[in-house]
Amino acid sequence: MTHTLRSLSTLLADGKASSVELCRDYLARIQALNPTLNAFITVDADRTLAEAAAADARRAAGQAGPLTGVPVAHKDIFCAEGWLTTCGSKILANFVSPYDAHVIEQFKAAGMPTLGKTNMDEFAMGSSNETSFFGPVKNPWDTARVPGGSSGGSAACVAAGLAPAATGTDTGGSIRQPAALCGITGLKPTYGVVSRYGMIAFASSLDQGGPMGRTAEDCAWLLNVMAGFDVRDSTSLERVKEDYTRDLTKPLAGLRIGLPREFFGEGLSGDTARAVEAAIDQYRKLGAETVEVGLPNSRLSVAAYYVLAPAEASSNLSRFDGVRYGYRTPEYRDLTDMYEKTRAEGFGAEVKRRIMIGTYVLSHGYYDAYYIQAQRLRRLIANDFAEAFRQCDVILGPTAPTTAFRLGEKADDPVQMYLSDIYTIAVNLAGLPGMSLPCGFDGQGLPIGLQLIGNYFAEAKMLNVAHQFQLATDWHARAPQGI
Amino acid sequence: MQWETVIGLEVHTQLTTQSKIFSGASIAFGAAPNTQACQVDIALPGVLPVLNKGAVERAIRFGLAIGAKLNRTNVFARKNYFYPDLPKGYQISQYELPIVEGGHLSIQVGDAEKTIRITRAHLEEDAGKSLHEDFHGMTGIDLNRAGTPLLEIVSEPDMRSAKEAVAYARALHTLVTWIGICDGNMQEGSFRVDANVSVRPVGQKEFGTRREIKNLNSFRFLEQAIDYEVRWQIERIEDGHKIQQATVLFNPDTGETRAMRSKEDAHDYRYFPDPDLLPVKLDEAWIEQVKAGLPELPEQKQARYRERFGLSAYDAGTLTASRAMAEYFEAVLAALPARGENAKLAANWIMGDLSAALNKAELDIAANRIPAKQLAGLLARIQDGTLSGKLAKQVFEAMWNEGGEADAIIEAKGLKQVSDAGAIEPLIDEVLAANPKSVEEFRSGKEKAFNALVGQVMKASKGKANPAQVNELLRKKLG
Repeated sequence: MTHTLRSLSTLLADGKASSVELCRDYLARIQALNPTLNAFITVDADRTLAEAAAADARRAAGQAGPLTGVPVAHKDIFCAEGWLTTCGSKILANFVSPYDAHVIEQFKAAGMPTLGKTNMDEFAMGSSNETSFFGPVKNPWDTARVPGGSSGGSAACVAAGLAPAATGTDTGGSIRQPAALCGITGLKPTYGVVSRYGMIAFASSLDQGGPMGRTAEDCAWLLNVMAGFDVRDSTSLERVKEDYTRDLTKPLAGLRIGLPREFFGEGLSGDTARAVEAAIDQYRKLGAETVEVGLPNSRLSVAAYYVLAPAEASSNLSRFDGVRYGYRTPEYRDLTDMYEKTRAEGFGAEVKRRIMIGTYVLSHGYYDAYYIQAQRLRRLIANDFAEAFRQCDVILGPTAPTTAFRLGEKADDPVQMYLSDIYTIAVNLAGLPGMSLPCGFDGQGLPIGLQLIGNYFAEAKMLNVAHQFQLATDWHARAPQGI
Repeated sequence: MQWETVIGLEVHTQLTTQSKIFSGASIAFGAAPNTQACQVDIALPGVLPVLNKGAVERAIRFGLAIGAKLNRTNVFARKNYFYPDLPKGYQISQYELPIVEGGHLSIQVGDAEKTIRITRAHLEEDAGKSLHEDFHGMTGIDLNRAGTPLLEIVSEPDMRSAKEAVAYARALHTLVTWIGICDGNMQEGSFRVDANVSVRPVGQKEFGTRREIKNLNSFRFLEQAIDYEVRWQIERIEDGHKIQQATVLFNPDTGETRAMRSKEDAHDYRYFPDPDLLPVKLDEAWIEQVKAGLPELPEQKQARYRERFGLSAYDAGTLTASRAMAEYFEAVLAALPARGENAKLAANWIMGDLSAALNKAELDIAANRIPAKQLAGLLARIQDGTLSGKLAKQVFEAMWNEGGEADAIIEAKGLKQVSDAGAIEPLIDEVLAANPKSVEEFRSGKEKAFNALVGQVMKASKGKANPAQVNELLRKKLG
């Protein structure tokens, strides 16, 4: 089950498989492997097969698009009508969404059946998928290890071939870091390219949905479906619809790759450093030039992020109060007691930690020192990138400082956990597009991710740069064995 | 000790948009609970707000009408607190950068005119309603009102009496309905007043500690609540207590105010700019367009009425108490020839007989039964001498009760004033013959006797003779 979207599209177009057959195959594989991986929170075979049958009918009627009938898995952060939509939390464990997110609408319009809703860190808060109320996801390359997070279920299910592709969301690295740890390709678009309507908010000014697939080409196809202006999201950007596959085949001769010196210092594990260096050599062979750039303020990005993201989250998560939907504590004395017990019982430890941090930094007397200061840092970080992009076309570096770590290894040390996103967070703060693609394996056979960062709206360029690498290498084509 | 009262008002005006400020749901009043609450209003996971441009346009109208600064960039913030009728756990409001800053409104108390400064006006969403009756041991939540657009208008503490506060609230009510941004319906909560009240010894510069009276929904309650609150505060201080900052509610049944919560349990609302909404940008072309669409404002009209028509400040104020009133006055004038000279006559009739009739019938000027043209027809007959003042009142009464044009009523009821010398002279001759004593007294220099004779002639004509002509003819005869 290592099909790419292109190969599935061809199978369907040639009549060699129906969508129902494809979905049956994937559902069977989910049934066999999900008990081990825990990549899905919800699977609903009847619903999936009904959607597949509709896609087949559409094809029979001659109304199929390129991806009609190709199934996809969705991170459980996207509201999908009739589907349990939990966001990895007990507080939404009973919430069946009455409406579709814009992203889900787009996939429906493309005729792509939903294979299920994938596991994730609770409210996307985590880098290991261990904060999920539904239990951790296991990394298909080594089930004693984490898949990364927060889109860990999406990354693991694609890596293990439980789905050809999946959606994810990325607030501080939640697409790129699990893509790196699971050996797949994932892209976080420019803020505003994918509508946030129906995507349960963690940190509104940073959240961005994006594709996760086996290849850069698959991500380009998926982004063609996901991207688009949505009047219901005021931060959605009104732009002419792009074809993100348009530049895939362009040669890289003359490409200027920026290498931030801050990304190649201490803290980077030897294997990862070696793999990234090898990737740089590969790019030179493809005709690219490299130039050293500086991102001096990027070292402050984790600090700024852990003020801004919790601040927004503390407010975004206020609606989960037990009044209108979701979990409500069974017994309470009065209103305050109901609120306190519902939220104490409904949220996990990491979510509560961030709500408390966020509440604190927004409090009277602390707001200027934390929130305003962090906003200033955010501008400085964005300015660094603007400066760097004067000298290069894309920025390249590692996605994560280490390969997949063991389950439980960092669960009790939030700061170590937060540092997993040290190379990815600055991209969200600046609102830039970033992606991760496989570039090698460490000594234990665990995948290593290469990060590309583009200028605003340079998704097509980044996908081109990634695709050319994947034409010359086969890291992305390897699949985990033995599960 | 002599005490001075200091009052500032915060007024929540519900805007006249069709839909909510951040969603497409209707804001029509009186729908069944939760039938006008869409997925955005009930704050489902994942939903996002989209700003209603109509609400912004109405705020611009208000800013222009009070001569305020319009912030070309203004920002929505989140005001965070938990309450069951606040679905998101925060209210979207404007905090540091409101759309309207500064501005002023003139008020009239007795003969004195005063300018009240307006601090700011900001856009925000209303909350839903908690329904504590009807549900045994539980609270019902109706989210129809959640997300209704409000413009909160905050004044400076410039008022010094309940009367001034009421005058300001009325002037503001007139203005917001005048420019069409609010329907002004106080029973339905479209115009709600919070009053910040404090007292200080006369001559003291610093303000006293204030208490805020919440949610007053009539001008009468506003006046009663402030009067009570001022007496209460003075008594407390004179008894040696300090005033504690607090939020209080007015109970119309007892006429008293009572503290809801004190400052100690005041919320920390943790305001921050709402990341779901971009800063609002106002471009000059839009502002110009809104400006061009504004009607002549009450203050401008008052000035014009005083300068051009020579009306008093009081008359000008009364005639601009509402846009409907002013439009009626101007329509009457327009239907009369030589407008300037007619203004006082028209003003007197509108503020006199017409207002009295409206009051008696408990009707608003907008529900007036006498079209402006008809009243003008009546006034024209007064001016051309067809009707005396007394006859005109009879015609007006018939017009009010039965309708019809003045000329038709005059004709039907035979109320025409007689100005024909040939018809009046025989009556004079009869009166002179029947009252030799009065004639004698007049001739001996008693002017009073002349008036008695005029009265007799008028009586003989059944009130229809033109009094001026009777006067003239009688003098000639007695001459």
